[in-house]
Amino acid sequence: MTTDVTDLAAVRVQRIREIATARRDLRGPLIPILHAVQEDLGHIDQADVPVIAEVLNLSAAEVHGVVTFYRDFRRAPGGRATMRICQAEACQAVGAEALGAHARRRLGVEFGETTSDGAVTLDEVFCLGNCALGPAVQVDGRLHGRVSPARLDALLGEVAR
Amino acid sequence: MRGMEAGGVSAGKRRVYVPRDSAARSVGADAVAERIAAAGAEVVRTGSRGMLWLEPLVEVETPAGRVGYGPVAPEDVDGLVAAGLLDGQGESIGVVEDLPWMRRQQRVTFTRVGIVDPRSPEDYEAHGGLAGLRTALRMSPADVVEEVVTSGLRGRGGAGFPTGIKWRTVLGADADIKFVCCNADEGDSGTFADRMLIEGDPFTLIEGMTIAAHAVGASEGYVYLRSEYPDAVETLTEAIEAARARGWLGERILGSDLTFDLHVRVGAGAYICGEETSMLESLEGKRGQVRAKPPIPALEGLFGRPTVVNNVLSLASVPAILADGAEAYAALGVGRSRGTSVFQLGGNIARGGIVETAFGITLGELVDDLGGGTASGRPARAVQVGGPLGAYLPVEKFDLPMDYEAFAAAGAMLGHGGIVVFDDTVDMAAMARFAFSFCAEESCGKCTPCRVGAVRGVETIDRIRTGQEREKNLVLLEDLCELMTDGSLCAMGGLTPMPVRSAVRHFGEDFAK
Repeated sequence: MTTDVTDLAAVRVQRIREIATARRDLRGPLIPILHAVQEDLGHIDQADVPVIAEVLNLSAAEVHGVVTFYRDFRRAPGGRATMRICQAEACQAVGAEALGAHARRRLGVEFGETTSDGAVTLDEVFCLGNCALGPAVQVDGRLHGRVSPARLDALLGEVAR
Repeated sequence: MRGMEAGGVSAGKRRVYVPRDSAARSVGADAVAERIAAAGAEVVRTGSRGMLWLEPLVEVETPAGRVGYGPVAPEDVDGLVAAGLLDGQGESIGVVEDLPWMRRQQRVTFTRVGIVDPRSPEDYEAHGGLAGLRTALRMSPADVVEEVVTSGLRGRGGAGFPTGIKWRTVLGADADIKFVCCNADEGDSGTFADRMLIEGDPFTLIEGMTIAAHAVGASEGYVYLRSEYPDAVETLTEAIEAARARGWLGERILGSDLTFDLHVRVGAGAYICGEETSMLESLEGKRGQVRAKPPIPALEGLFGRPTVVNNVLSLASVPAILADGAEAYAALGVGRSRGTSVFQLGGNIARGGIVETAFGITLGELVDDLGGGTASGRPARAVQVGGPLGAYLPVEKFDLPMDYEAFAAAGAMLGHGGIVVFDDTVDMAAMARFAFSFCAEESCGKCTPCRVGAVRGVETIDRIRTGQEREKNLVLLEDLCELMTDGSLCAMGGLTPMPVRSAVRHFGEDFAK
């Protein structure tokens, strides 16, 4: 089955083109397109960049510049779950740094990395808007408040299943 | 009103309110709502009252008003119901509106938050929604602008620029198309009022933006909402669709000649996009790098067209100003800080949440009287007001009134009204270092004082903290702060020195260890 890789790449290019074309007439379409690509395909591959650029009539450098500027955009696949721990001032005031250290130790990864089994991507985030109920943690878009190390372990237990 | 309809169908069922605000959900509100529904009540999901230490706060409708219970854990529900919760009996905190925390406030912008179902346009209208827009549509655009000028409303995003003056500039500009942009990139730590307003009463923001569109002659609007707030994105997107379906957006709004449509754009994790020109670049699909001013966005904003750029709370205050009159709004407040502000208490605080009140309340009244001091029970030592770029103040400054000018005179800023409390375990040299490292991480890279200065700042503080030529490096630090303040293109580099300098000034002992 030597054609699989090429086929997959062609399927992806086709999908990227569809996503970009469907949004091309929005004002300022690039960021909505990048969000949609990541939502649909998990990350924005380097090979996606010229495809999007062509649809929008931009240079690949312009698209690359945007992809790399914003923290949200992943350039490699993430874990099956993403846990983000707030490290901003309000959460620091109630122990967010210690919680972050606990999570890194427990998972054996740094912020921005994925566990070797592909289960969890761990990251830091600066403010989730839960500043009165910190430390705050977001797991796959779901907000959690007053997260103790024990509660964090329980959250990890849920996503690891 | 999905709540009322259901109530009509199943008469006799008790109506119980449980917040769906993401902060309430973060401590279990969804599970509580499910259990209460299972106990046979009709559950209405609202925004949060802003008493976040009481979340999940459950409210039961009784003839005396809404009786509150909180914080309620899911496992508490069956016991509370057995003790008479559905009849407002048992161990309650009393009628919510009568609690000292609520009585102390003057809710104008947040008047409906925590009360209405944010997904229900009928509920919105039943609670006074659209009154401001209907008034505005009977007035000429210039008269609406002057009404906002007269109210004294100033931008709630941080800079405090008079909103009406900005609108006047956009109204006077001639162009093929004009835009209204709402900056909902609420990235400052310690601020969450934009999120709570959007999750708890999104139609108020839509109405405020529509009034702005009428006032300046804009036909398109964008809400730039940060990706860290997925619940707010969902709530606002649904509300815009509901508003369109009812003719509150689109062509001939409420039967008038006004055509205006509104769109949500989701940010992508860049703090700098809370700066208005970066936000415009991002809306155009570019890297969020700041623009030099002039030209000001009011004349050359989104895609080079005249653009109103206002914060969520500024725009959400407009409907009440039009509905009740500019004089009523201007009657609140002190000096040149008119109306109310939505203060946010966060960090190490016993009773954290939202306090909307007229300007002039003191910092100490907010932190001690309303906030109840620290959550840890240790003495408070420092508060940071106005986000990561705001000053750190010691408890000796707790008599400062919340007022733009009083804060500026004290070397601080009100910013977006966020107050973050730290107890006496805080290391202020570490917080100063964090201010620089945050700036280094989030700088857009356009100007050198910010891009390079932030990195040099981290290094200099590290040398001070490890005792390398401490005196010399403190002088260098001050020199760097001066250069960043004077030489940076925007507030990111220009204000990062504020937390640093205030930490050195008020907590110098932490830099001498």
